[in-house]
Amino acid sequence: MTSDSARLFLPVGMVSAAALSYEILLMRLFSIIQWHHFAYMIISLALLGYGVSGIFLAINRERLTRHFPTIFTANLFLFSIAAPACFLAAQQIPFNPAEILWDPSQLGYLFCLYLLLALPFFFAANAVGSAIYRFREQLSLVYAADLAGAGAGSLLIVFLLFNLFPGQTLLVLSLLGLLATAVAVCALRQQTGFRGFLVWISALAICIMPLQWVSPELSPYKGLKQQLRVPGAKIVHQASSPLGQIAVVKSPLTPLRYAPGLSLNAMTGPPEQLAVFTDADGMTAIDRYDGDKANLGYLDQMTSALPYHLNKPERILILGAGTGLDVLQAIYHEAESIDAVELNPQIIGLVRTRYAEFAGNLYATDKTNLHVGEARGFITSTRNRYDLIQIALLDAFGSSAAGHYAPAENYLYTVEALQDYYRHLQPGGYLGITRWIKMPPRDTLRLLATAAEALKRLNIGYPERQILLIRGWQTSTLAVKNGVITPGEIEALRRFCETRSFDPAYFPGILPKETNRYNILPQPYFFQAAKALLGDDGEKFQADYKFDIRPSTDDRPYFFHFFKWETLPEILSLFKQGGISLLESGYLVLIATLLQALIASFLLMLLPLNIWKTKLGFNPSSSTHYRTLLYFFSLGLAFLFIEIAFIQKFVLFLHHPLYAVTVVLSTFLLSAGLGSRFCGKIGSSRGIFIPVVAISLLSAGYVLFMSNAVHLLLETKSAVKIALSILLIAPLGFFMGMPFPMAMRRLSETLPALIPWAWGVNGFASVISAILATLIAVQFGFNILVVAAVMLYFLAALNFPPPLEH
Amino acid sequence: MIAKPVIADDHYLQLRRNLIQRIEYDVKATSEFLDAEKLSDNVIQALLKVPRHEFVPENQKPYAYENRPLPIGHGQTISQPYIVAIMTDLLKLDMRDRVLEIGTGSAYQAAILGEIAAQVYTIEIIEPLGSAAGEKLKRLGYANVHSKIGDGYYGWESEAPFDAIVVTAAASHIPPPLIRQLKPGGRMVIPVGDLFTVQQLLLVTKDLNGKVKTRQMLPVRFVPLTGQH
Repeated sequence: MTSDSARLFLPVGMVSAAALSYEILLMRLFSIIQWHHFAYMIISLALLGYGVSGIFLAINRERLTRHFPTIFTANLFLFSIAAPACFLAAQQIPFNPAEILWDPSQLGYLFCLYLLLALPFFFAANAVGSAIYRFREQLSLVYAADLAGAGAGSLLIVFLLFNLFPGQTLLVLSLLGLLATAVAVCALRQQTGFRGFLVWISALAICIMPLQWVSPELSPYKGLKQQLRVPGAKIVHQASSPLGQIAVVKSPLTPLRYAPGLSLNAMTGPPEQLAVFTDADGMTAIDRYDGDKANLGYLDQMTSALPYHLNKPERILILGAGTGLDVLQAIYHEAESIDAVELNPQIIGLVRTRYAEFAGNLYATDKTNLHVGEARGFITSTRNRYDLIQIALLDAFGSSAAGHYAPAENYLYTVEALQDYYRHLQPGGYLGITRWIKMPPRDTLRLLATAAEALKRLNIGYPERQILLIRGWQTSTLAVKNGVITPGEIEALRRFCETRSFDPAYFPGILPKETNRYNILPQPYFFQAAKALLGDDGEKFQADYKFDIRPSTDDRPYFFHFFKWETLPEILSLFKQGGISLLESGYLVLIATLLQALIASFLLMLLPLNIWKTKLGFNPSSSTHYRTLLYFFSLGLAFLFIEIAFIQKFVLFLHHPLYAVTVVLSTFLLSAGLGSRFCGKIGSSRGIFIPVVAISLLSAGYVLFMSNAVHLLLETKSAVKIALSILLIAPLGFFMGMPFPMAMRRLSETLPALIPWAWGVNGFASVISAILATLIAVQFGFNILVVAAVMLYFLAALNFPPPLEH
Repeated sequence: MIAKPVIADDHYLQLRRNLIQRIEYDVKATSEFLDAEKLSDNVIQALLKVPRHEFVPENQKPYAYENRPLPIGHGQTISQPYIVAIMTDLLKLDMRDRVLEIGTGSAYQAAILGEIAAQVYTIEIIEPLGSAAGEKLKRLGYANVHSKIGDGYYGWESEAPFDAIVVTAAASHIPPPLIRQLKPGGRMVIPVGDLFTVQQLLLVTKDLNGKVKTRQMLPVRFVPLTGQH
């Protein structure tokens, strides 16, 4: 028996790797086809396939025992086929999220998407779940294979996405599934004839499948698709990485003109441009630069040009340099040296290599130093000080205005970040941050509140003497000075605004009549907010404002989340009169996803209980049965709470979202796999407290000391930081891998019929957990999320399945 | 008003009346933001006259008189009637005005403008949409609405200046040529948002001295501040 379960280690690991990779790949694909937040909703709901598998296995327990080899290999095979087939079918569904409020058929389309995309996960979960049930006496080995496979999958997908387009990656994962099927057929010593033929013919079909079949078919409303409708516009280059799919568009007949926030008084627009789209949206541009600065005059007609007019900055740092427009702005203003920091190497590649000549070798001049990396990572590791630190408009206007980013973490605009930037300013230097203007105002006000808080924490006595704020109709620029703003600088600001029809919103000594003159709002909101936030009324203003504009912090880094529950009744009452635009769609979708996941999970668990009362092996009148489900439900929630919280903690430590997710996720899963393998000796009801107490102590320790460690290791090399991260996470993951197999082993002795249930409940809980974790973090921060996880672990421990009653 | 009145059957006329009632209700609710208690009579008459169902694809006709945007193909939409109404009202048009529209789309907005203004010039960049719109306007008798296919960034130089401009096509900024083609005293309206949801309306005005200002308006009754500040 042991050798049988050991032989399954490989195929179980392979299908887990393929399924986890598939989940991440679908997120990529649907972020390109639709938008990220809808992708998140669709994939989250599709993952309910894991839970449904538990119910399916519970109903078919008897058959499972008799026909395990066939069921196992069939499900591996079905996963391999369903992975590309369901995606192909999903592409045919004309789902348009923008119409969901009006058009009921969109809900039907959405439901079809859930069903289709749940299928591959259902088959993968059947394969793993059936193996766990079949080899329940040695399940820690199978579970270890599942976790280790998922850990390997999280590495594999990053590798694949760096080297292949998402469509190609889909086919590779299908082939991996087929390979797992073949390995399983051999491992289980099944007859290879027909099965082998099926696997070979499928593999052949996958290999010769035209790539355009699996290329994402964009929603007609995505920016790239819209741009391509312009006569003559065509994609001239595409690249893909886990950070996004990049498309470069050239439009020779109808010039591209990307100049957000351009002054109403500007006489000219931008020079010839190439458009750059990320995930088929969020357009930015590469300017043609031939060394003639006169062509860049439009860059002086933006609110972001303000700091260049206040004093004469020479040493500039551009955070989020992207396609280089802010670097050009610095060049236009005769900067002496420019440090440009950009995270995405593929965007840099465009400007530095592929279109270097077009862009005037922007990133290779004597004055420009390019740094590939994350902004916070750069600022914490550099000893340079600057006359001007500029933070560009990194997000797209459309997505920002619609609130797509509401549930996304952003460490660029936190109180701690602004403190770091300030410390790197020369005396008299400026920090300039430009943001899109939302109506009613949100981003800019939070930024102002964040800046005021950062200055307070830096023990600056009078923050209001060091802050400037101006706005056009589309953008605002906040300038924070390392020093007191002088009358000369205020005069320069007045001139700058006057000639460009921008409005001052705040400067020391500003009068109400100087505000709201060119870009007229119903009230001078920005001025009112600035006076309150920089005066004694800040907290009252934040409490009274109908959106959440509290400063964002590293523990609660949701800069784009402005929703206040108190405002919901008013917004709902205005729903039919356009009130929907007051809600951030990202947050709305997150809540909708949670509600759907909760309702679907409970229905999927309760309905079968009513239909197949005895067949399911679950006794609704037994408190032991319920407590067992509660145990696995709590575990499912807690595991992901910890995982998600620490991914974020390590994003700040490793200063790279992608590395952090990859390192943390794979280490968690691989070490949990090891923990699962080595928990055999701990099995009693008290024994469960060993991993639970260890998890609690380690989590608490990390929460308390992590920020200190981050500061101590500021200048450490990335490789050392990664190694250290692995060392820190591995013990936590090791213990987190134990509670599941420990209880499963107990069940195999006492109530084996509940094993598929436990597998399913864990699946449902995992889906709910990922969504709930984000909501908790948005509302309360990551530390509270860790506390919640620890409490759930204890709740689980108290409900550990009891031993057999004699 | 040159356009021939379009004869609608009773059914559609009743649907339009109902729609206008809903729009008027919404306008009243939002009046403090729009600087008007109610829509101008000429806007109401235009809404009553123009057969919106003629401007939507066949499969969308059942929804033509619902107060919501509808897809018209080519990744474009016909705007929500309420938004069309308040945008038109903000232009404060009379029958002597010359109007430029950037982004013809379904041509519904152009037809509404054609009912009120003297001459309407509309430009569409997407070829199939532009030709379909041109034919439709002709068939429905809007002789005062002139359409062409092209890049709206440069406006319609030969017919400039204009008393009013409507920009319905998305742009990263207000094109300087359009500001130049706006007459002193003229008004330009731009909806800001995505294709299905208008987040704010931008009214650009040029005073008699040529000074340009904007006003940003929410199409919904909402004040973000409570209390005194």
